[in-house]
Amino acid sequence: MADSTYNAAAVLEPDEIDLRIEEQLAAERAKDLLRFSTAGSVDDGKSTLIGRLLYDSRNVYDDHVRAVTHNAEIDFAQLTDGLRAEREQGITIDVAYRFFSTAKRKFIIADTPGHEQYTRNMATGASTADVAIVLVDARKGILDQTRRHACIASLLGIPVVIAAINKMDLVGFSEEVFAQHSRALEALAKQLEIADLRVVPVSALAGDNVVQRSGRTPWYSGPSLLELLETVPLAIERSHAGLRFPVQRVVRPHQDFRGFAGQINAGTVRPGDEVVALPSGRRTRVRTIATWDGDLAVARAPQSVVLTLEDETDLSRGDMISAANAQPHRTRHFKATLVWMQTKPLRVGEAFLLKHTSQMVRAHVTAIHSRIDVEHLEQNEATQLGLNDIGEVTLETTRPLLADLYRENRTTGSFILIDAEDNATAGAGMIRAISDTREKESKDNRSTHGVLVVGNRAELASQLETTLLETGVLVLRTRTAVSPALVALARLGAFILVESDEHTPITLTPVHGTGTIHSELATEDANEILEAVRRLGAIPDGEDENDDGLGI
Amino acid sequence: MTAIAGEPTGLAQEVNTAHNAWGREGAQDRSVTAERLNHMQLLEAESIHIIREVVAEFQKPVMLYSIGKDSSVMLRLAQKAFHPAPIPFPLLHVDTGFKFREMIDFRDRYTAELGVKLLVWRNEEAIARGANPVQLGTQRCCGLLKTQALLDGLRAYGFDAAFGGARRDEEKSRAKERIFSFRDSAGQWDPKNQRPELWNLFNGRIGQGESIRVFPLSNWTELDIWHYIHLEKIPIVPLYLAKERQMLVRGDSLIPLEQPFVKGLPGEEQWVKCRLRSLGCSPCTGAIRSDADSVPKIIAELAQMRNSERANRIIDHDQDGSMELKKREGYF
Repeated sequence: MADSTYNAAAVLEPDEIDLRIEEQLAAERAKDLLRFSTAGSVDDGKSTLIGRLLYDSRNVYDDHVRAVTHNAEIDFAQLTDGLRAEREQGITIDVAYRFFSTAKRKFIIADTPGHEQYTRNMATGASTADVAIVLVDARKGILDQTRRHACIASLLGIPVVIAAINKMDLVGFSEEVFAQHSRALEALAKQLEIADLRVVPVSALAGDNVVQRSGRTPWYSGPSLLELLETVPLAIERSHAGLRFPVQRVVRPHQDFRGFAGQINAGTVRPGDEVVALPSGRRTRVRTIATWDGDLAVARAPQSVVLTLEDETDLSRGDMISAANAQPHRTRHFKATLVWMQTKPLRVGEAFLLKHTSQMVRAHVTAIHSRIDVEHLEQNEATQLGLNDIGEVTLETTRPLLADLYRENRTTGSFILIDAEDNATAGAGMIRAISDTREKESKDNRSTHGVLVVGNRAELASQLETTLLETGVLVLRTRTAVSPALVALARLGAFILVESDEHTPITLTPVHGTGTIHSELATEDANEILEAVRRLGAIPDGEDENDDGLGI
Repeated sequence: MTAIAGEPTGLAQEVNTAHNAWGREGAQDRSVTAERLNHMQLLEAESIHIIREVVAEFQKPVMLYSIGKDSSVMLRLAQKAFHPAPIPFPLLHVDTGFKFREMIDFRDRYTAELGVKLLVWRNEEAIARGANPVQLGTQRCCGLLKTQALLDGLRAYGFDAAFGGARRDEEKSRAKERIFSFRDSAGQWDPKNQRPELWNLFNGRIGQGESIRVFPLSNWTELDIWHYIHLEKIPIVPLYLAKERQMLVRGDSLIPLEQPFVKGLPGEEQWVKCRLRSLGCSPCTGAIRSDADSVPKIIAELAQMRNSERANRIIDHDQDGSMELKKREGYF
């Protein structure tokens, strides 16, 4: 096909100019990508700021500028205000994404509306952002909406917040005013546990400290807004974080190839790495990282790859390949911060579809703990969540999730709720606490179930039976040999004591969802055995050490 | 540079292809050693994730194939998403009958070579009635030959998800488009009632008759597309590359002389070194004067460019906000 006429590029040998360009192209490709969100209200001048940022960094086309130039004045806000409806209303009503680049970085802006009824859009824009820009009107200082924007940035886990104190021209570029707002913002950041706050004095309209440092703020020696965006350190994917690889799809083109397609959510992976297939718990090793570009020696988050494993392993969509030595929680109960996005209010007991990584399960809300007042930064008691409310809730799922806390991993720690009736995205959640079943269950003893073989120790059996019954556990004593029927009974919620005439070792078989793990107990002491029973998930040899669910 | 003959096209392929363009050493260069992926790698990873999610969650997806540069990139990403398995969905080209001959030649040869299934849908009734932009105006012509044909085609085959190559940087209303864009049973888009999209979690649940348009290239810019084409040596229609072509020259506009009803006044038909920046229907797509006869030169030219990509598309400028109007009605 070397003479292919439909691909002129293919037949042309690169000439001298091409080769000269090539070097610049390589540098261009090597740039990293920073995603930032902006939030501000109608009068904050947010659209103007973005328009100015794009214009001054030479990222706007002439025909776009011409379209928004009236009487030789450029309307910067109109450069970024998209939809017809919002031009009519004069406000931004939805998340709009903008793209620009400088010599140092590429940027994606999630431009989100600041108006209260659009909290959901702000959360959307913030969910993938590395940096949040919060606009503050220099004449007004911190307002309810400032607290709201900062609070949402904090809840959504944005690592860096830049407060742009805008309209400095209208306060005479006063150092005093800037210092006063800065102090208040620092206090706010502390309260919201925002680790990295930067404050910049700007005038979006006049361009001061947006791209170029301004001569009108001699008392400010810091970087301009763009310089900050170009240099702020990006969260580095922790290479020591355990591998999280949710399976999206099984790739099986023919008998000799079985791979698992997915996007690496955390960590790195190399051929030979020991991994565990979850939820089955089967341990194996990575054989290859197969891609269209050939097999890779290493891949890291968030690459999309196909993994093949050493052993035939039962995995399908929704399952996960995890680092063997650092596994996610397996849980059906967790506490989450929920952003409610539906007109219909959320009430306790309501059921939804929950999408987490590549898994879809049924879930219901077992408790609403509080509603967060994002303007006064208080938690109030609540019995329901309305549109654009943010609250703390507890959820229970029908099948266990393989999850991490949101603060440890924004991908495996987040989920959305879908209304099963109208298919709308009803809410978005961040997992804050995963009920450690080992502790929680030992307190109420509801779910200690499994099979304990005690041999001929009748006295021990009676002692265990009494204690367990007293704490509300359903106990079955039997002399039937351990059989699938007993495991099935245990799975229904019973605790089974198996006696015999022989002095066999004491063995415990806790029941985990679909799997069982058998272990021999090294003690004959009733209290120690009870302790082991209560910690059913904690298998002494380290297997399944992260399991917190009993697959109730 | 090698032509596409050496590239994997389907089922049992060599896993280690030598053509890799990300570096001199081939596949191993795609292994990441830096602490963060660069922006091209991030975009690729995100797009592949999106394409796989659709195939996992929908009954009958299709990829809209417009033969343009974005479609070519999207097609390559689909190959990558399912490798070593073949692409598990067909391509659909909505043909207005006014596409450049070179586009149709390219389409037929390239898709055949890749072994992908290509479906072509035309609004034959309107074409038979002689619909063209000169008589109907671009608005109505697009409505019949593109929007109507697309909706009919999707409905006729019963596709529940359609990939499109639109990018958010193309046009202001596209800046607000979701990656999974919900369409009601009439195929229409409601910009005020879009599903929120957080993290990389997409809600693909739909009811009877409803569908989703999916835009895996949402976060790519025009420049990213060209970088990727260069890096991956993706074949493109030669119309993108500058050469001497006979054009209708009127003011700043260069209009291709492909259709009999595009006729110049005496002296307007000239040979000009030019290229097309985006490909559409020949009567409505203007060329630009250019010396960029290679992909690197196109990239260098774009970096200097002062006008947007669609500035040469006549259809977007009929009316203020015309793209948004078209999108509401079901246009891509």
